[in-house]
Amino acid sequence: MDLDYTQQQRAFRVEAREWLEANVPGQALQSMDTEQGFAAHREWETKLNEGGWAMVSWPVEYGGRGVDLIEWLIFEEEYYRAGAPGRVNQNGIFLLGPTLMEFGNDEQKARFLPPMAAGIDVWAQGWSEPNAGSDMAAIRTTAFRDGDHYVVNGQKTWCSRAVWADWIFCIFRTDPDSERHRGLSFMLVPLDAEGVQVRAIEQLDGETGFAEVFFDNVRVPVDQLLGEEGGGWKVAMSTAGFERGLMLRSPARYQATARKLVALLRDNPEAAQRDPTLGDRVIRGWMQAEAYALQTYRTASRIIGGGSIGAESSLNKIFWSEMDLAMHETAMALLGPRAELLPTARAAGDVGDWLDGFQFALAGPIYAGTNEIQRNIAAERLLGLPRG
Amino acid sequence: MDFHFNEEQLMFSDSVRALLERDCTADVLRELWAGESGRSDELWRGLAELGLTGLLLAEEHGGLGMAEVDLVLALEESGRACLPEPLVETVLAAAPLLETLAAGGGTAASVAGKWLPRVAAGEARLALEHPANPCVADAHVAELLLLLASDGSLHAVERAHVELTRQPCNDAARRLFTVDWKPGDDSLLADAAGTTRLLDAAFDRAAFGCAAQQLGIGQKLIDLAVDYAGQREQFGRAIGSFQAVKHHLATAQVAVEFARPVVYRAACSLAIGHTDAGLHVSQAKAMADEAALLAARTSLQVHGAIGYTWEVDLHAWMKRAWALEMTWGGSAWHRGRLADAVLAGVDNNPREGQLQLQGVN
Ligand SMILES: Cc1cc2nc3c(=O)[nH]c(=O)nc-3n(C[C@H](O)[C@H](O)[C@H](O)COP(=O)(O)OP(=O)(O)OC[C@H]3O[C@@H](n4cnc5c(N)ncnc54)[C@H](O)[C@@H]3O)c2cc1C
Repeated sequence: MDLDYTQQQRAFRVEAREWLEANVPGQALQSMDTEQGFAAHREWETKLNEGGWAMVSWPVEYGGRGVDLIEWLIFEEEYYRAGAPGRVNQNGIFLLGPTLMEFGNDEQKARFLPPMAAGIDVWAQGWSEPNAGSDMAAIRTTAFRDGDHYVVNGQKTWCSRAVWADWIFCIFRTDPDSERHRGLSFMLVPLDAEGVQVRAIEQLDGETGFAEVFFDNVRVPVDQLLGEEGGGWKVAMSTAGFERGLMLRSPARYQATARKLVALLRDNPEAAQRDPTLGDRVIRGWMQAEAYALQTYRTASRIIGGGSIGAESSLNKIFWSEMDLAMHETAMALLGPRAELLPTARAAGDVGDWLDGFQFALAGPIYAGTNEIQRNIAAERLLGLPRG
Repeated sequence: MDFHFNEEQLMFSDSVRALLERDCTADVLRELWAGESGRSDELWRGLAELGLTGLLLAEEHGGLGMAEVDLVLALEESGRACLPEPLVETVLAAAPLLETLAAGGGTAASVAGKWLPRVAAGEARLALEHPANPCVADAHVAELLLLLASDGSLHAVERAHVELTRQPCNDAARRLFTVDWKPGDDSLLADAAGTTRLLDAAFDRAAFGCAAQQLGIGQKLIDLAVDYAGQREQFGRAIGSFQAVKHHLATAQVAVEFARPVVYRAACSLAIGHTDAGLHVSQAKAMADEAALLAARTSLQVHGAIGYTWEVDLHAWMKRAWALEMTWGGSAWHRGRLADAVLAGVDNNPREGQLQLQGVN
């Protein structure tokens, strides 16, 4: 065990820092849940890719730098330190990307990964359906084989960023007689295909951050099947493992929040004096962010050493989502009457972003599998409690 | 950057675990509670044979010259087994303190030369008085006690020259004492000024030791509840199949799992003498304590009334979790120490230096 960075890792950090300092937009981009903001974020992805920073841990041939996950974590630290824009293609690079590496054939990897890294293909995730939320095995959208195509009919919902995304990765039922986890398949579908209709849904903040996607006899070539026909559940669980266990929420994000929270506490001494528990809540958030970082380095070390991500990813998901919410609740309490102000309000000063963060943090225990479901998984698969 | 334990570290902890599973069973624990001393020389020698008691000591004192990072998993195991022996007091607090002092020669060197090899060989235990604790733990089995005089100076006194009064406490395995003694001409090890630094370092090592034990205790408390929940039936099914029970246990497991890497980091930081080691220890103690307390409360709730009895073993671990939480600095104290540092100056730069992933100035 050696928790120091190597010379090479330090040099990598410096390189990343310098590039980010020179290239991160001086002004925050508009929300990626608006048309203009989405376009601006896509441009940023293109720029990142030109610099070779889109996804540093990917092989060079797919647009990465071929470095390991520790360097990816270092990059993420520098990314948040620089205050760089959110990743509009996070479903692509953090979820589908690693899944393609594991289950895609060479052709699929060569076809989908480079444009993903370049921000040419921005991806959405199409798993949830109106009647298949937590119970994902209840998926009813069908994809039946017809020659060298599948024909898709049905509906997906809550698809983040699908309003302006280019592609969607979905789970469909390919075997009409199948039930539950069997007979599902993982497919890649362009959102401009004939028969696809995307209907935007306004989120809590009034912006169209997710969408419903309707499929009416959409023809998907068989080479856009990922993994085996009928093996979609297995592929999806691998994606979910990355989502919950490692990539979707890198620790740097929460360490940045924790630092901001400490600053907020310092700037609001009167609130902290009125309610002495606030200081304690801040330090708890700070400790958790640090613990999460250490845990992630540990997970990364394990994967580099040939290990994999298992059911412990459920513990991880519970931890980051609840930590994030607790930190934002603390921020709201510190802001007091200013907490309700939008960033555009003059009286909000520079603290208006907390509200946005707070509202989004509330979604954390819901998306990527609700925390109730994660507790079920942890209890049954990690602790071995009886099902039922 | 590598967050792996190496083969030797894993093998060492396996061997400690095997020994404890054989020689430190729940039956043995109960037998020891009933005895006046509550300790087993045989067990202590067994641990010494594995290298545990001399692990941190230099070879010249019969030790292995290894570090906290080599010890942490074994400490976790000692918590899992609810080991009553004074690992924290002797191996982490007192013996390394004495060894540090010995480097300066004088009385300390001869005291260390006499006693440390015996510690490493499992023939002696040591105790340390510390202002953080109202009593001296395991003073009755310590052949040599390191005691603080009223002027703050540190003295080495053999047990024959002290008078001990046992202070009853909640954990049936713990043995706490007040000590009456008089400084002698030849007992002085260090004056008050020289003692403070040594006590601070011993405090950090001991707090770390407790944190590591809390990981094992917390996990054991969860494991006991999981076992019980798989067997106990109500409403015609195992209570472990009820979601409320599952969720309680999953929540406790989250707490233990995320305290773990924090404790491991503290071990690394102590091992290399990192400037922030004390803060890393405080974070470890605060998080591991709270995880163990949550595991204790959860485990009791899952057991129901049977968990509230003397008969069932659960309380051994529960009471140890409570006791360790308050010794060598309570979790609130440690959180406060970290808060002082963090609020005094967090910069915006992830520090590139050793271990510290986020800068505290
Ligand atoms: C901001 C946001 C973005 C999202 N983005 C995407 C996306 O890009 N793609 C996508 O496919 N989906 C997305 N989702 C959907 C998300 O995956 C689902 O919301 C989630 O799986 C829960 O499903 P549901 O909303 O239908 O809730 P339900 O499944 O109806 O659950 C409602 C409540 O009941 C509880 N519950 C349900 N079953 C159980 C059980 N067995 N035990 C205990 N409690 C239970 C749940 O925990 C929850 O509290 C997104 C959601 C949000 C909020």
